[in-house]
Amino acid sequence: MTAWEDSRRPRIVKVDGDFPAERLRKIWEGGPGLAGWISSVDHKEIGKRYIVTAFVFLILGGVEAMVMRWQLGGPDQRLLSPEQYDQLFTIHGVTMIFLYSSPILTGFSNFLWPLLFGSRDMAFPRLNALSYWIYLASGLFIYAGFVTGNGANDGWFNYVPYASKAYDPGINIDVYALGLILLGISTTVGSANFVVTFLRTRAPGMSINRVPILTWGTLSASVSNLLAVPSVSLAFFLLWLDRQFGTQFFTASQGQPLVWQHLFWMFGHPWVYAIVLPAMGMVSDALPTFCRRPLVGYTPVALATVATMALGMGVWVHHMFATGLPSLALSFFAGASLIITIPSAVAVFAWTATIWTGRPVIRTAFLFFASMIVLFVIGGVSGVMTASTPVDWQLTQTYFLVAHIHYVLIGINVFPVVGAIYYWFPKMTGRLLNEPLGYWNFWTMFIGFNLGFFPMHIVGMMGMPRRIYTYGAQMGWGPMNLVISLGALLFAIGVMLLVINIAISLKRGAIAGPNPWSAPTLEWSIPSPPPPYNFAVIPTIESRHPLWEDWLNESPARSRLTEGLLLDRGRETLATSPLDAEPNLVLEMPADSFAPFVLTCGLTGAFIAALFHIWWVVGVGLLIVIAALVDWFWPRRVHADMTASQQGAADG
Amino acid sequence: MAEAVYLDQDLPVAGLKRNSVGWWGILCLIATEASLFAYLLFSYAYFAVRFGPRWLPQAHPALKLALPDTIILLASSGVIWWAEQGAKTGRRRQHLIGVAVTMAMGVVFLIVQAFEWSGKTFTITSGSYGSLYFIITGLHMAHVVVGLIILGVVFAWSAAGDFTPRRHTPVLISSTYWHFVDVVWLVVFTTIYLAPYVWASS
Repeated sequence: MTAWEDSRRPRIVKVDGDFPAERLRKIWEGGPGLAGWISSVDHKEIGKRYIVTAFVFLILGGVEAMVMRWQLGGPDQRLLSPEQYDQLFTIHGVTMIFLYSSPILTGFSNFLWPLLFGSRDMAFPRLNALSYWIYLASGLFIYAGFVTGNGANDGWFNYVPYASKAYDPGINIDVYALGLILLGISTTVGSANFVVTFLRTRAPGMSINRVPILTWGTLSASVSNLLAVPSVSLAFFLLWLDRQFGTQFFTASQGQPLVWQHLFWMFGHPWVYAIVLPAMGMVSDALPTFCRRPLVGYTPVALATVATMALGMGVWVHHMFATGLPSLALSFFAGASLIITIPSAVAVFAWTATIWTGRPVIRTAFLFFASMIVLFVIGGVSGVMTASTPVDWQLTQTYFLVAHIHYVLIGINVFPVVGAIYYWFPKMTGRLLNEPLGYWNFWTMFIGFNLGFFPMHIVGMMGMPRRIYTYGAQMGWGPMNLVISLGALLFAIGVMLLVINIAISLKRGAIAGPNPWSAPTLEWSIPSPPPPYNFAVIPTIESRHPLWEDWLNESPARSRLTEGLLLDRGRETLATSPLDAEPNLVLEMPADSFAPFVLTCGLTGAFIAALFHIWWVVGVGLLIVIAALVDWFWPRRVHADMTASQQGAADG
Repeated sequence: MAEAVYLDQDLPVAGLKRNSVGWWGILCLIATEASLFAYLLFSYAYFAVRFGPRWLPQAHPALKLALPDTIILLASSGVIWWAEQGAKTGRRRQHLIGVAVTMAMGVVFLIVQAFEWSGKTFTITSGSYGSLYFIITGLHMAHVVVGLIILGVVFAWSAAGDFTPRRHTPVLISSTYWHFVDVVWLVVFTTIYLAPYVWASS
């Protein structure tokens, strides 16, 4: 008999001692050794890899920043040549914007989503692994260019004609172009995974008005990525063709150089929101835990998240105010940019009200989350200033912009991320980070950051342009720049304190237990670190705060966390309907697989070969990609009689 | 041993159509691929607006090959739909024949496109119109090739008897993707071949 099992009625059981944990552990555990590591599709494993890799890139980007701050710490410094400085500020931007700030949030979302949703993995676990491997490959690809002196050197937004072959003849820009197309594939498949995971794998009862705000943030970012990433991939592809094959897309003679800027920013501006909205979501979810009350205004905050993203897709021209566009276009995009203030302010007021009406417990994570509100307001206000076209004409290409982008990206990404590390580190490792060291960590970073970046507003208004490799003493920018460099140093020391704290706490941190913060959401209902199968039974959800229901007592209904669907015939989880999360499918989850890794190797090989025009290797690489995909999607033959007998054995 | 309770209904294992996560996944992929073509056509429109009708090598692109080719590709959408009905109802022969015919039509489309390309008076480097024309149609042809590979693999699996009326998500994915490739061509064809008859005629 080779009949497939088409439908069944899964049993609902109570968790009872080791039942059914031991059996599930055997089903879900990955293989041993290097082979097990490479073939793992466990979202927790992949999430942690994302976080560690992104953090390494943060440190690299930070070191690059410190070298630049050394150069700019006083007038007429000559540590770096102009060419080295160009590569350094470009790779710093590329690293922070592409290789750190989005992947770190992807890492948190990867680790957390199935735990927040009461599920056992993402909708497409192998796609998840693929997303990580390609991200790693693209990071190595871009850095291989940089360490061999062939790094991108025209700034992260890479304007033509600077980036055209005539003015930048090396392979620097080609490395960047192909590397970013590769990264785009990673981002795209990861985003598709988040979208489907959000829509289909939430625990029964977790209707879309009960999901954590983090998932709204990542969902909005993912939808935006699906729609916007093709723009930048296309732009880089066309630029590569211009440079290598003599096409005429961006050439000054026959092409339209400004199309580069349009395509880049049609992606670039939504991306800015994609790398902050999930971080804002983490604050919306974790800050209330320390305020001992639910978030004020869940619905407006969720809607504002989506609205910010939707508006964010229509404001790209505010990066191009100084390009001589018609004034009607400028007015329209200035107006659209100003309107974004409204949904952004919704979140700010919601957080403030949550602290105001709560009973805040001041822990390190709280400090990072609360300070983020302040930094968000400062970065937001400088953004509103530059949304006004005439002000932008004065400030564009000055250090004021550098101050703005760092308040936004460090303020709304790095500070929440560090807070999130303090908050979720116990869930990931089973141990708490050290709190006293955490206080030092916070205050060093907070003071260092403001000391380092606030004065940039002022030197910007004094006329200091961005991206200059040095300046003369007569400009009078020296003392302010020294302060900036010292602030940056203090900030870097703060980040190092975090690294030290992690290193110490991994071994000696206090044992956390399942729920060290008495937090309300599902990830805290399971052990720390979570077992390979996450939830022994699929929980049923009755509110936004499954673990606070007895205490809040908003309604008589109670979520059921220890009684639910068993699903233990192989790797299985539950799929539910998109809006109301009603069970509608037993989802068979894939086994561990080498296909994502092999696919990445083939694809990366093809990209490296394309860089050097070795076309037969490109062909071989693509054949490997196809072979890996065929293996990946090979239909599975599940024998109903076999699974039934396994089931009988388990029950006996 | 814990007491066992049951759901009040059976749940399908591996879903059909909208119920399967694979179908949702392919929709995401299609959304992102559709965006790619939207950006390409945005670029085309931008160039067309900036340069005006003089940008076109011919004010009225020849339809002698392109129109029949378009009809062939659109018709193949109907054939793949018929093939899918075969997989849904367990008529494997119908599915195999339908997929084979669809693939043949796809190959014919590509061959005609090759003739269309070779008849052009401009090249990919001769000007920005040529660059855009060859990249837009070329990227579309690349999508047709991907569609053919997917259909070929699904054909082999179907021949091996890997699908049942309840379990054939790869069939749905392959036909959905093929419909997408056809619809995109319709938009590309309208933009590049038909629209100039309107905006470049005076």
